[in-house]
Amino acid sequence: MHKLLIKGGRVIDPQAGEMIPADILIVEGKIAAVGPGLEPGEGAVMDVAGKLVAPGLIDMHVHFREPGFEAKETITSGSRAAARGGFTAVACMPNTNPVADNRAVISYIKARAKEAGLVKVYPIGALTRGSRGEELTEMADLKEAGAVALSDDGRPVASAAVMRRAMQYARMVGLPVISHCEEPTLSAGGVMHEGYMSTVLGLPGIPAAAEEIMVARDIILSEYTGCPLHIAHVSTAGSVRLIREAKARGVPVTAEVTPHHFTLTDRAVADYDTSTKVNPPLRTEEDVAALKEALADGTIDVIATDHAPHTLEEKDVEYQMAPFGLVGLETALGLVWTELVIPGVLSPVEAIRKLTVNPARILGLREGVIKVGADADITIIDPQLTEVVDPAAFASKGRNTPFAGRSLQGLPVATIVRGQVVYNRNLAVIA
Amino acid sequence: MNWKRKDLLGLQNLSAEEIKLILDTAVPMKEILGRAIKKVPTLRGRTVVTLFYEPSTRTRTSFELAAKYLSADSVNISTSTSSVVKGETLKDTARTLAAMGADVVILRHPMAGAPNLLARTIRAAVINAGDGAHEHPTQALLDLFTVREKKGGLAGLNVAIIGDILHSRVARSNIWGFTKMGARVRICGPATMIPPEIEATGVQVCTRIEEALDGADVVMMLRIQLERQQRGLFPSIREYARLFGLNRERLALARSGALVMHPGPINRGVEIAPEVADGINSVINEQVTNGVAVRMALLYLLSGGGMPDA
Ligand SMILES: [Zn+2]
Ligand SMILES: [Zn+2]
Repeated sequence: MHKLLIKGGRVIDPQAGEMIPADILIVEGKIAAVGPGLEPGEGAVMDVAGKLVAPGLIDMHVHFREPGFEAKETITSGSRAAARGGFTAVACMPNTNPVADNRAVISYIKARAKEAGLVKVYPIGALTRGSRGEELTEMADLKEAGAVALSDDGRPVASAAVMRRAMQYARMVGLPVISHCEEPTLSAGGVMHEGYMSTVLGLPGIPAAAEEIMVARDIILSEYTGCPLHIAHVSTAGSVRLIREAKARGVPVTAEVTPHHFTLTDRAVADYDTSTKVNPPLRTEEDVAALKEALADGTIDVIATDHAPHTLEEKDVEYQMAPFGLVGLETALGLVWTELVIPGVLSPVEAIRKLTVNPARILGLREGVIKVGADADITIIDPQLTEVVDPAAFASKGRNTPFAGRSLQGLPVATIVRGQVVYNRNLAVIA
Repeated sequence: MNWKRKDLLGLQNLSAEEIKLILDTAVPMKEILGRAIKKVPTLRGRTVVTLFYEPSTRTRTSFELAAKYLSADSVNISTSTSSVVKGETLKDTARTLAAMGADVVILRHPMAGAPNLLARTIRAAVINAGDGAHEHPTQALLDLFTVREKKGGLAGLNVAIIGDILHSRVARSNIWGFTKMGARVRICGPATMIPPEIEATGVQVCTRIEEALDGADVVMMLRIQLERQQRGLFPSIREYARLFGLNRERLALARSGALVMHPGPINRGVEIAPEVADGINSVINEQVTNGVAVRMALLYLLSGGGMPDA
C-alpha cells in the first residue's frame, strides 16, 4: 500500500477559508487523513516545515500546441512546465491543428496526457467548427469525450447571432462558454494597447473598446440565454466595470486575469521586446490597478496564465511580425505571491482560492480542495523562497517571457498528483 | 561634448545636447557641400550599407551622397517587403551585413522598431532612415537644421505640423526634436489621424488649421497618402484639401517670414497649394541640401568622430 505523509506544514483550505497547521496522509493516491500529529505507519514522509500546503493548483487556460504545433510545445513538455509551476491540473484551449472541435482530437489529447503521466489535462472543445465562427460543434459529443468547457479562444466569434446560438446550445449540454472578448474590426492590425505608448512607438494599437464591446455583448447574451459565461484574460478597467455590474445583477458570469496583465503595463513594450506581445495586450497603470481591485473584491474569480509558447525563431522578428503570446506556467505562482500576496492585495488563502476551487467550480471539476477521499493533488509552496526567473531553466519548450531576470518570491517546491510527486525542487522524502 | 551612442534610432531618447552636437557638426559639413570638389577623406576605408525595405530614392540618395562626400564605400541593398513576408528575416540579413564588414547600416523599414532589432543584433552602427510610423530622425534633424539656419535658433519658435499625424514618423521625430530644443509645437489634422494621447508628448492639438497656423514661425505640411481615403480615414481628397490644405490666405495667419516645409514628395494642390510650395516662404529645396549635410554629420559622429576640425 503506497503511503505518503506530508508533515509539519500549514495547510491552506480555500473552501473553509483558513490556513492551519496540519499533516496530510495520502494512501493509494487519495487523501486519507488531515490533522495534527499524524503518523505515516509504513509510508514515506515529506517534511514540509515552514512551507504552505495547498490544494493542487489549476490553470484553466493554457495552450499546449499538440496536435499540430509540437515545435512550440507538446502535451508532455507542457505537463512538465505545469508540474514545475505547481499546477496539478490544466485546461487546454482547442486552437490546435486540427482544432479540437471533434471527439477524435479531444480523445487524442487525453491519451497523450495520460502517456505523459504528470498533471491532469482537461481539454476545452471548440465552440464552432474549426473555430471559424460559423457552425456549432457537436457539443454533447465533445462533452462525452471529456471536454470541460467550450471556447474559440484566439478566434473570437464575430457574429452575435452565432454566439447566441452557441450559448443556448452549450447551456443545454451543460458546458460553460469561455470567451476571448475581442471585436475583430476594432482590433484588426493592432499589436499593442492603443494609447500613449502605441503613439510614441508608432505601432498599430488595439483599443480597450475592442475588448469591452465584446464583454458587454457576451454579458448581454449570457443574461439572455442563461448560459454560464467565463471571460478569459480580462485586461481593462472598463471590462472590470461591466463584469462587476453584471455579477451584481445576477448574470452567470465569471472572469479570469493573467499574471502578466496584473503585473505589466504597455510601458514594457518600449524596446520592442516581442515577449511583451500578447493578446489582449498589456494595458495601462489604471487598468492594472482596476484588475487588482477586481481580484480583491471578487469581481475576478480566477488567475489563469494563458500559457502560449512559441519558438525562439518566431519571436525573434520585428514586433509587428511576431505571434502573440507568452509562457506563464512557470512564473505564475511567483508573480501571484510577489505582486499580490506580499503587497497585501490578496491573502494567501484568497490567492489560492483563485488558483484552485474557483476554476474547479467553473469547469465542474472535483479538484481544488483538500479533503478526505479526494484525489491527493497537492502543491507545496515555500513563501520565503526567492529566485531570479531564468527562461533557460524552463521545462516548457517556450522561452518567450518578459519576466526574465525578475526576482520572484513564493515558489512551488513540490507538486503532487494523485499521490505521486511529479515535481520536487529540494524536499527530502524519507521512506 | 562627444558622441557616445552606437546607433541613431530616434530623437525620443536623445538629449538636447546630443541634438545640438549633430546640428553643430552639420555646419562644417554643409560648408564642404559648397566647395568645388565635394570630397574629404574622413571615412576612407569605411563601409556604409543602405538597407531599404521600402522604396525611397530621395532618402537613399541623400545618404549615399553623404557617404560618398566623406569617401566611404557604400553598398545599397534594396529589398521588397515581400521578402520579409516570405520569411527572410531581418536577422538573416543582419548576418549578411556582418559578413560584408559593414561599419554603418542605414535601415528603412515598413515596421516600427525594426532598427532597434537590428541594432541589438549587429555590431555596426545603425541609423534609422524611417521605420513604420515610429521615427524618421534624420528628416527631423535636417528640418531642425534648416529652421535654425533660417531663424538663428529654435527656442521659443511656434511650429505647426499639419496632416496625417497618426501614420507620420516625420511628425513624431519632429515633435521630439522641436520640443527638446525649446520650440512650441502644435499639430493639426483630421480627428481620425490624430493618435491617442499625443498631448502627453508636449504638443498642443488643434482641430482647425487656422488655430494651428496662428502666429506660427514654421509650418510643416505632411504628405497625405491618398490610399488612406479608401481605408475610411477621411471622406475625400477634396474635403481634405478644403479643411487642411495650405494656401496663401491661410499662410497669412502665420508670422510674416514663416517657413513652409514639406518632407516631400508633395501632392500639389492637396496638402499644399502650388504657389505656396514654390513661394518665397518655402524652404523645401533647401531641406534637400541640408539633408545631405546632416547625414554627413551623423555618419561622421557614428564612425567615431568628435567635433571636426574647422
Ligand atoms: Zn485568448
Ligand atoms: Zn488563450
